[in-house]
Amino acid sequence: MGGIPHDSYEPKSGGEKWLYRRLPIVGLAYDTLMLPTPKNLNWMWIWGIVLTFCLALQIITGVVLAMHYTPHVDYAFASVEHIMRNVNGGHFLRYLHQNGASLFFVAVYAHIFRGLYYGSYKSPREITWIIGMLIYLLMMGTAFMGYVLPWGQMSFWGATVITGLFGAIPFIGEAIQTWLLGGPAVDNATLNRFFSLHYLLPFVIAALVAVHIWAFHTTGNNNPTGVEVRRTSKAEAEKDTVPFWPYFVIKDLFGLAVILAVFFAVVGFMPNFLGHPDNYIEANALATPAHIVPEWYFLPFYAILRAFTDEVWAVQFVGFITGGLIDAKFFGVLAMFGSIAVMALAPWLDTSSVRSGRYRPMFKWWFWIFVVNFFVLMWVGAMPAEEPYNTVSLIASTYWFAYFLVILPLLGVIEKPLAQPETIEEDFVSHYPAKTGGAQSAATPAE
Amino acid sequence: MFKKLGTAAVTALALSAGPVLAAGAAYNVENVDFSFDGPFGKYDPIQLQRGLKVYTEVCASCHGLKHVPIRTLHDKGGPELPEDQVRAYAELYEVFDPEIDDFRAARPTDHFPESMLENAPDLSLMAKKRAGFSGPYGLGINQLVNGIGGAEYVYSLLVHFEDPPACAPEDFPGSYNKTFANGGYPESCKDENGHKTVKGSWIAMSQPLWGEDVDYDDGAPNDLESVAEDVSAFLMWTAEPKMMQRKNAGFTGVIFLTILSVLLYLTNKRLWAPIKGKKNS
Repeated sequence: MGGIPHDSYEPKSGGEKWLYRRLPIVGLAYDTLMLPTPKNLNWMWIWGIVLTFCLALQIITGVVLAMHYTPHVDYAFASVEHIMRNVNGGHFLRYLHQNGASLFFVAVYAHIFRGLYYGSYKSPREITWIIGMLIYLLMMGTAFMGYVLPWGQMSFWGATVITGLFGAIPFIGEAIQTWLLGGPAVDNATLNRFFSLHYLLPFVIAALVAVHIWAFHTTGNNNPTGVEVRRTSKAEAEKDTVPFWPYFVIKDLFGLAVILAVFFAVVGFMPNFLGHPDNYIEANALATPAHIVPEWYFLPFYAILRAFTDEVWAVQFVGFITGGLIDAKFFGVLAMFGSIAVMALAPWLDTSSVRSGRYRPMFKWWFWIFVVNFFVLMWVGAMPAEEPYNTVSLIASTYWFAYFLVILPLLGVIEKPLAQPETIEEDFVSHYPAKTGGAQSAATPAE
Repeated sequence: MFKKLGTAAVTALALSAGPVLAAGAAYNVENVDFSFDGPFGKYDPIQLQRGLKVYTEVCASCHGLKHVPIRTLHDKGGPELPEDQVRAYAELYEVFDPEIDDFRAARPTDHFPESMLENAPDLSLMAKKRAGFSGPYGLGINQLVNGIGGAEYVYSLLVHFEDPPACAPEDFPGSYNKTFANGGYPESCKDENGHKTVKGSWIAMSQPLWGEDVDYDDGAPNDLESVAEDVSAFLMWTAEPKMMQRKNAGFTGVIFLTILSVLLYLTNKRLWAPIKGKKNS
């Protein structure tokens, strides 16, 4: 597998040979685990394992929770309380699952920003990037539907607001909304289908994760220099890489253990920190909460959704030329989905031939503004829709689009990149001069 | 030039902080040092028993605890009532049994009854659905040391029934409470911009605790603050009965993972040493 020359699996014993001729599953596992991996990967490359762990954690805790949960408007809230009070260890499982969603999104945002900084989306890794974006979209869908299941006030009103977005689509919007909800409003039918899909989608995600891994095992990992592994001979490739097992498995597991220690502290000592207290009030269609706020991981996109009000000239202009077809609400919906679409198109919008942001002096600045901008969006997403938040969210949303549609295409043309190392080996050696062997290696000139 | 910029920045900050502060000042949650605050905090079973007494003699006449099974009063990390006392306590209540189609005395396996009054909310989760220190209300990360602030909210609500401010009409319905945020609010107490000029709002419940509402068998103080604290602690337990188990599991996880991290760190260091060193030797 993959274009990097390396040893392949050779069945040795009789039993292995027998199995290999019928099902080369051991070989597949071997080639996957022994994948030659650039040896200069830094700590931002641990998030893949954290994400895999999160998916497993959510599926395992979720399957057990589903054994005790009742997807019915009259019993859902009480059944969650039953889990919290009567099921052995249920309270901890439920908090793990609830906070596991947050860990999942922390990891996915770190993973995406790493990809954006080091140009992991660039040729030949476009498919890996696109699959990743699909996984991210499915994660958001799954998390949203999962949040509805406890049937608290935020569950109910969040579902009402978000499904209402689809109602903004001209002509077919209302039909789509009714179809999503299974009726005219959020009710038992909605809860049932959300439960069903919340159970289904993680397995679709798991399948896409396999494709995601398959894709980057074909192209090889990107690395902090963005320089490709040498592929002319096995000997050369081995100077740039080490096998994934054991080198990166152990390194990644170390990172995972540290992150999980923090995660367990949050679950054990402040499990409701990231949640909203209103969700401990049972859903009530007659009482609207004062502020309907989505979970923190949706806030940046919620801010983009709300940024484009009637007062924005672009909205008025689009409304005018489409004869009112695209009103402010629909414009916001388009902007929200568009913000992810432009990110998915990054491989084609970024014109720079240099992959890694490390060697792009101007890009660095714009990238870090983009990161700060993301947190600004998260902050205004939690604020009420009034001044000055409206203006801030409009500026921040505009920057999001400008980053992908203007800055990335232009930078490739005007920026003068710094010199990149010839090989990954060169970069690695420059980071680890004379670590062991002290005097002896210092006496030897570097290769 | 820079001075002007600075002034502009300060003004912008003040403008943006304004609504946040205003929202924070609209009601009033006091921090109370409960025994269960912080990662090492534990429920005090004796205090929970006192709180149960307050609940039973005062709150229960209107409110219910429908999510709480009576048997859990015996649970470790809760009020830890002896089993015979739990059985005797259960018999204070009557529950409807669909099997005999009639009311009968409650058993420990039954839940506490629901609220008696239409507009008296169930108290099972009260200390979690009004979390004084949680994200949206500002104080955020100090949840780690102060807890979610739900018990503090209940306490503040109970001790902050006060004489209505002069701006309110005398016949305004409800009781003025400095902590309650979502109740009725007279127009005459708003300024010309529509902002509230006094904290809190008017709550439908009339002041339930006045001090010396109950006599504790152990002679513990029963002034208003003490009684309110006891019943708030009890309601925190009804909202989060497994808090002790949760913190224990959290500790086990953190300690185990910290040790694992150290071991993996050492393994990783040794594993990579030849790779990182060899290139230069």
